[in-house]
Amino acid sequence: MGIPLRIDARSTALVAVGGAVGAVLRYTVAQAIAGPLGTLAANAAGSLALGALAYEAAATDSVLSADAHTLLGTGCLSAFTTYSTFAVQTAGLAPRWMAANVATTYALGFAGVLVGRAIAATARGDRR
Amino acid sequence: MTGAVAPPAVLVAAGGALGAVLRWRVVAATPTTEYPAGTLVVNVVGSFVLAALTFAAADADTMLLFGTGACGAFTTFASFSVDVVALVDADRPVAAAGHALGNLLGAGLAVALAWLLVA
Repeated sequence: MGIPLRIDARSTALVAVGGAVGAVLRYTVAQAIAGPLGTLAANAAGSLALGALAYEAAATDSVLSADAHTLLGTGCLSAFTTYSTFAVQTAGLAPRWMAANVATTYALGFAGVLVGRAIAATARGDRR
Repeated sequence: MTGAVAPPAVLVAAGGALGAVLRWRVVAATPTTEYPAGTLVVNVVGSFVLAALTFAAADADTMLLFGTGACGAFTTFASFSVDVVALVDADRPVAAAGHALGNLLGAGLAVALAWLLVA
């Protein structure tokens, strides 16, 4: 790649374990709610959780360690949510449902981040 | 119908671990000072691979390992959502809209390309 990058075994293991857990959780949701609705549910819930986690990470007095953020954020929540399944499922919908699925997924994803952030702020007792 | 190589959850977990680590490395290797390009790259590439597997009618085990597991975990919606909100927060609404539409257009074109090449 030309860019010196430190690839340590510890972080790799954390991302791998988080990714495995996130993918299995997403698969479980897809088994319970088949099709685009299941993907929507995972993407909305995962965006909410990552919104809270990212807010927490940005705090100067973050209570979670860097390892916890790597495991939960980079690994689990990023793998729990998916863009590829959303894209392929949307492509398979009738035109009017395509627009509806994109609009709903985007709206719930962005709103999820804001709600997650608000929950994290409330939990920390911050005002923002 | 061939016999399953491993239980579905094991295939999804193995693929998920692989996809997450690959995403992490690609995002780390992509300069993101001005724009969250890493997320765009993984989402477009992962959408192409998943679409190719889907249109090629890959068998069930392959779909669980490389589709649901690896492609699903390689691409991400949560990081994408957080990126878009962060750009809005940074008073960069044009970049935020560009990221939102860029991922959609990029992934859509990737699925179309896979259709042309594979289906």
